[in-house]
Amino acid sequence: MKPLALLVPDALTATAVPVQAENSWVKALESLEVFGVPVGMLAIPAIPLVFIAVYALYVGVYGERKISAFIQDRIGPNETGKWGLLQTIADILKLIQKEDIVPAAADKPLFVLGPLIIFVGAFAAFAVLPFSSEFIGADLNVGVFYAVSIVSVEAVGILMCGWGSNNKWSLFGAVRSVAQVVSYEIPASIAILVGVMMAGSLSMQKIVMSQSGELGILHFAVFQSPVAWLAMIIYFIAALAECNRAPFDIPEAESELVSGYFTEYGGMKFAMIFLAEYASMFMTSVILSVLFLGGWNSPLPNIGGVALNDWTSGPVWGAFWIILKGFFFVIVMMWVRWTFPRFRVDQLMYLCWKVLTPIALLIFVFAAVWELYVR
Amino acid sequence: MAETLEYTPKTRLSQTGSNQYIVEKDLDTEYMTLNMGPQHPATHGVLRVELVTDGEVVMKATPHMGYLHRCFEKHAESLDYQKVIPYTDRMDYLSAMNTEHAFVMAVEKLLNIEVPRRVEFMRVIVAELQRIASHQVAIATYGLDIGAFTPFLHIMRDREHILTLLEWLCGARMLYNYIWVGGVSHNFPPKFKQRVAEFVKYYKPKVDEMMALLTENELFIERTRGIGILPADVAINYGCSGPMLRGSGVKWDLRKNDPYSIYPEIEFDVVVPDGKLSIIGDSLSRHLVRCYEIYESLKIIQQCLDKMPEDPNFDPHAAVPKRIKPPAGEVYARGENPRGEVGFYVISDGKGTKPFRCKARAACFVNLSVLPELAKGNLISDVVAILGSIDIVLGEVDR
Repeated sequence: MKPLALLVPDALTATAVPVQAENSWVKALESLEVFGVPVGMLAIPAIPLVFIAVYALYVGVYGERKISAFIQDRIGPNETGKWGLLQTIADILKLIQKEDIVPAAADKPLFVLGPLIIFVGAFAAFAVLPFSSEFIGADLNVGVFYAVSIVSVEAVGILMCGWGSNNKWSLFGAVRSVAQVVSYEIPASIAILVGVMMAGSLSMQKIVMSQSGELGILHFAVFQSPVAWLAMIIYFIAALAECNRAPFDIPEAESELVSGYFTEYGGMKFAMIFLAEYASMFMTSVILSVLFLGGWNSPLPNIGGVALNDWTSGPVWGAFWIILKGFFFVIVMMWVRWTFPRFRVDQLMYLCWKVLTPIALLIFVFAAVWELYVR
Repeated sequence: MAETLEYTPKTRLSQTGSNQYIVEKDLDTEYMTLNMGPQHPATHGVLRVELVTDGEVVMKATPHMGYLHRCFEKHAESLDYQKVIPYTDRMDYLSAMNTEHAFVMAVEKLLNIEVPRRVEFMRVIVAELQRIASHQVAIATYGLDIGAFTPFLHIMRDREHILTLLEWLCGARMLYNYIWVGGVSHNFPPKFKQRVAEFVKYYKPKVDEMMALLTENELFIERTRGIGILPADVAINYGCSGPMLRGSGVKWDLRKNDPYSIYPEIEFDVVVPDGKLSIIGDSLSRHLVRCYEIYESLKIIQQCLDKMPEDPNFDPHAAVPKRIKPPAGEVYARGENPRGEVGFYVISDGKGTKPFRCKARAACFVNLSVLPELAKGNLISDVVAILGSIDIVLGEVDR
C-alpha cells in the first residue's frame, strides 16, 4: 500500500522512467553576470513577460478576433498589414497615446494601483509554470499551491478597481467578481488536488515528470484514473470563472454592467487589465495541461522502432508541447466565449456551490481511494 | 433602513426553484438608486430606467423617457399628408414599412380611395419582409443582452439580404418612404419576385439554425424562463399588444382580428406560446413568439408571391391623388406592427392639405409601461432580460 501521497509529498513519483528536469537553462542564467550585474536574474522573469506580451498580441487579441470572426461568419481584421497582422500593434499604439484619465471623483491611489495588482497577480503565477524541462522561473516544491494562492491577489486588485472608480456599476462588477473568484477557487483547488494526489508532488516539474514515459499520451494523468477527466473538466470550468471569461463574465457583463470594474479605465491601465486577463487564461491552461495532460511531455508514443516519443522529447520540444497545449485550451476558452450566453449571478453561485463543489469532493474521495488501493 | 418600499417574495422562485436567495431583513442595509441609461448598452437607445435596488435585487424600476422626443405629432400638423410619411418611418425605424402602411391606411380611409389589388399585395410583401427584419433585430439584440454575441452577427448577415432587397426596391435601406397614399413609390423591379422567393427558400433553414444556436441553448433558457411573467389580464389592462400580448397567451393579432389590406385572403396562424418550453407570459415566451412569427411571415410572403396579380402595364401611381385635400372628418386606422398595434388617429378640418391633428398610438410606449410591474423583485441582470424581451425602439416610444 502506498502512503497517502499528499501527506508525504516528495516520497514517490508515480510512473516509470522519470525524465530528469535539470532546469539547466535557468541555472545557467542565474550565474550569468555582466560587470557584477546579475543580468541573468533579470532575464528569467523577462522571458515570460515578453512571452505574455507576444502571446497576448497575437494569440490573445489577434487570434481571438480572427476566431470570433470565423465563428460569426465575418472576416475580422484584414486591412492593417498582411491579413490584418499589424492591427493589434496599432491598437497598442493607440492605447499608449491615450490620455491617462483618472475620474475626478475616483479614489486615486486605489484607482491607479488596481490594474497593477491585477497584472502582478496574473504575472506572478508565471514564475512556477514549467515552460520546458530546462526552464522554470522558480522550481518551488509547493509550485501548484503558490500558483493557486498568488492568483487570488487578483481579487484584491479587482475590488480596488471597482471601489476606486467611484461608479456604482464598477462596484457591482467588482463585488460580483470577488464573490465569483473566491467561490470558484474551491472547486478549482479540489480538482487541482486530484491531480496533485496522482502525481504525489506539489512541484510543477515533478508533476510533469510523473507523467512521462515511452507511451506518450497514455502516461498522462487524465488516463491514469477513471475520474481524472472529470476533475479536468471541473478545473476547466472553474478556470473560466476565475479568468472572468464567458459564460462566467458577469463581472464585466458588457450588456448589463457596461464593462464592470474597468468601466472607467482607459489607455494603458485598460491595456494592463486586458493583458492580465489573457495572461491568466494562458496560466490556467498551462496548469491544466501540467496537472492532467503531461505538461511538456510529448503525447506521441514509441511504436516499436518508430520512436516518436524519443524524437519529440527534449527541452525545445518540451517548450513546444506545453505552449501548444496551453494555446489549445486558450482557443477552447475563446470558442466557448463566442458560443454561450452569460450566466446570471445567482445561477453562477448555484453552479459553483451546489454542483461543482460536491462533485469535486466526491471525485477527490474516489481518486484518493483509487490511488491508495488500485493504482 | 428605509421602509418605503415593500419587498414581496418573487413568484418565480416557487416556479423555477433553481434560484433561491433570501433578502436579509435584519441586516442594516440601504436601498441604492441606480441609473440604468440613458447611456447604457442594454436599454436599446436612450431610455433611462431608475432602479432602486437592495443589493442586486430591484425594488422599483421607473422608466424615464423623452430623450428622443422629436415632436412627431406637432410636426405632422404643419406638413402635407404625403410629407408626413417619411416622419412615420422615423418613429419606429426598425419597422418603417409597417408604420407607413398604417398611416397611409388612415389617410386612404379619410379620402375613401380604393387601392389597386396589386398594390395591396406589394405592400403586404414589403411589410412582411420588414416584419422579419424587425424580429431579427429583436431576437439578435436579445441574444446580445443575455450575453450571446454570435447569434447577433449570424442574424445580421441574414437581415442584410432583406435590406438589400428593399434597397433595390426603393433606394433606401431603413427609412423607405415606399408606401404612398393610394399606391407605392416604385413598381417591383424585374425578377424582384424571384429574388424574394429565393430569399424565403434560403432563410427558412437559417431560422432553424438560429433557433438551435440561441433559443434551444440551455443557458439562454435558464436566463429567460420564468423571468418577468406578465399575466394575460395585466397585459390587457395595460394595453399591451403584439408579441407582448401574444406571449401572455392572448390570441390577438390585428391581421386576423381587425383584418386590413389582403390579410383576410391569406392563411397564417397567430402564434401563442404553448407553455412547453416556457412559462406562459415570461420573457422566453415573448422571444418564442417572435421566432415563430418569422416562420408565419415567410408563409405569408410565399402566398403573396403566388397570388399576386401580374400586369405588364402596371402603374403604381395610378391611384395616387395629385393633391390630398380630404373632407372634414376624423379617422383611426391601425395595423399590426412587429412590436404591436400601431394606430394613427387623423383629424381633417376639410380646409387644407395638412392634418388638423395626427395622433400616433405607439406600441412600444404602451408595452414599456409594464416594465415597473415586471422588473420588481428581479435581479439587475433580469431587468436587462425583461427590457430586451419587451423589444422597445426608443424612436417610437418617444416619437
